[in-house]
Amino acid sequence: MLDLQGYGFSLLEGTVLTVESALASLVLAVVLGMLGALAKLARARVPRGVAELYTTIIRGVPDLVLMLLVFFGGQLLVNQIAPMLGYEDYVDVSPFTAGVGTIGFIYGAYMTETFRGAILAVPTGQLEAGYAFGMSPGQVFRRILLPQTIRHAIPGFGNNWLVLLKTTALLSVLGLDDLLRKASLAAGATREPFTFYAAAALVYLLLTSISTVLLVWAERRYNIAYARPAHAV
Amino acid sequence: MQFEVIWENIGQYVHGLWTTVWLVAASLALGLVLAVPLAILRTSKNPLINGPVWFYTYFFRGTPLLVQLFMLYYGAPQFPILRESFLWPLLTQAWFCALVAFTLNTAAYTTEIIRGAIVTTPHGEIEAARACGMSHALMMRRIVLPSAFRRALPAYGNEVIFMLHGSAVASVVTIVDLTGAARNINSTYYTPYEAFLTAGLFYMALTFLIVWVFRRIERRLLVHLRRPAA
Amino acid sequence: MARLTRRLALAAAATLVALAGFAEAKEWKKVRIGVEGAYPPFSSVSPEGKLQGFDIDIAYALCEAMKVECTLVQQDWDGIIPALLAKKYDAIIASMSITEERKKTVDFTNKYYHTPARFVARKDSGIQISKEGLKGKKVGVQRATIHDKYITDNFGDDVEVVRYGTADEANLDLVNGRIDLRLDDSVALSEGLLKTDKGKDFEFVGSPLNDPKWFGEGAGIAIRKGDTDLKEMFNKAIDQIRADGTYEKIERKYFDFDVYGS
Repeated sequence: MLDLQGYGFSLLEGTVLTVESALASLVLAVVLGMLGALAKLARARVPRGVAELYTTIIRGVPDLVLMLLVFFGGQLLVNQIAPMLGYEDYVDVSPFTAGVGTIGFIYGAYMTETFRGAILAVPTGQLEAGYAFGMSPGQVFRRILLPQTIRHAIPGFGNNWLVLLKTTALLSVLGLDDLLRKASLAAGATREPFTFYAAAALVYLLLTSISTVLLVWAERRYNIAYARPAHAV
Repeated sequence: MQFEVIWENIGQYVHGLWTTVWLVAASLALGLVLAVPLAILRTSKNPLINGPVWFYTYFFRGTPLLVQLFMLYYGAPQFPILRESFLWPLLTQAWFCALVAFTLNTAAYTTEIIRGAIVTTPHGEIEAARACGMSHALMMRRIVLPSAFRRALPAYGNEVIFMLHGSAVASVVTIVDLTGAARNINSTYYTPYEAFLTAGLFYMALTFLIVWVFRRIERRLLVHLRRPAA
Repeated sequence: MARLTRRLALAAAATLVALAGFAEAKEWKKVRIGVEGAYPPFSSVSPEGKLQGFDIDIAYALCEAMKVECTLVQQDWDGIIPALLAKKYDAIIASMSITEERKKTVDFTNKYYHTPARFVARKDSGIQISKEGLKGKKVGVQRATIHDKYITDNFGDDVEVVRYGTADEANLDLVNGRIDLRLDDSVALSEGLLKTDKGKDFEFVGSPLNDPKWFGEGAGIAIRKGDTDLKEMFNKAIDQIRADGTYEKIERKYFDFDVYGS
């Protein structure tokens, strides 16, 4: 049962790819989220407008549609642009590139909202106090704004990560050999589809459970100053 | 860009739009009907009652919707019992599998949303109900649930949008919804931008419509929570 | 916008060529070939992950005849022509029928096999292939194939056309009872379904279909428009493997009848 008729290893390979693509997307999403949050909080109108447009569009269109658009359309675009930049050879937009790019881009919008909220949640009085102590803007950012922003951002960040992780299952539709695609191949070959999809579901459940445990731990760590003492008198 | 292709095939999109709308609406309605009793059970202190409900929501919220759909669509035929049951004629229909998977999925999320709203009912409201001599059932019906529904509205609005977006996976099991129509047109005319951008615009319009409707309902129902203007 | 960028790209390319002073024809030493991998017995993936089937063997034989180095690239059917246009590979050997519609987008070599299309249904179904007989039935086809087009054009108002990404998925749903009929290439159906264990309750219904208006002139190798030299190389290679017995050897490996047609 556990070796799943010899397909256990194949599922494991798929799991690795699922985790890799999720982490790669997360990195991109966090970078875009920070840029987006800074743009939204900027005084200038143009970055604010661009960031607003970005989050509005992303939240209006399903992940799968955006992925298909990038996967099929992105290749055409790259092909039109590459020769202009002097690349004569074919530049491949693989399912991994298209998928990770799109998922990162989508969740960058959700991260933008999370980070923006977290930055705004830091009381301005604290920043002013920092300046009053003679700290430089860099010091205020590093010592006051950043640690508190992280604390406020963890719950939203965790939620985004869990949704992102599950979204990577859509990559199988683009032909990426992720966990779900490997399960599909095994399901087709063995004629025991339920067994393999249930196995895939359990792996996803395991991944989300591990994530939840880590997030609870992180939340506790960053809230240590605010937690009630364990043995209150 | 050749949007003429889209215009010539606009009928496919309209048809797909209709499929998306009824599939999502039916799933949400059924899901809500399931979620209310489940949320009440979930707040029970008896682990034999809240345990199974917890497991159900944990499973459906911890796994991708696409996997749940595959388990039902491709997985069901593995069981001879199902193949011989009265359910089989329905299970051979792709729309039925999608409807069941979507309903179970949204019901799990909605259960947790309503549960969250129930447990945050202000103590004063409960004490007042008890003081008036209400039974548990009466208190649930008259005090706790109405107040919980109002508090759950913003989160539920998000869930409706998530379900709309999640429904795009129906196209993976042959259903021609908005995404399915776009995929058909892309593979027939090789026009990815036009095909998927058009689908995207339809989804965006639906999303904004949902946001607008929920804002109106919130304004009506949450009027007591708004601060006075001056 | 796409048109504009395309124009800019062309302009840029033209400038480059003008600067170089001459346009050299590409010499084909390496050829990348797009294949599908979900269309047994023509093209499938073994449990070990290896590509196999008639198309695959033909591809390798043609490359040997052309004396070029070949790389096979697996690609889902939905994106198989776009990826050719995008230069992901230089030719498609994927049982693709030569049709007028596709000729608008790509060029074809001569055919390398030609077999008719047929319907398959459950043995006791008693389905007649006619407008009345098919009324209300669900017919599974692979999306954007000649079979999709044929059923949509001729019976679109009477049947429910269920479109799949791969033939394998469609066969699975036929066996599971989700659709009443399959329309596909007769050889793909007989070898990929009827002769297998799960296909034992199914049979051909109706007569073979080969109206060139929908079913074209047989399966050819698709290449980008303008790559005439590559097309000629493939045509010569097809003639060569037909003449030297290689074709027959591959054919015998998979079929006990002639698939080239007359």
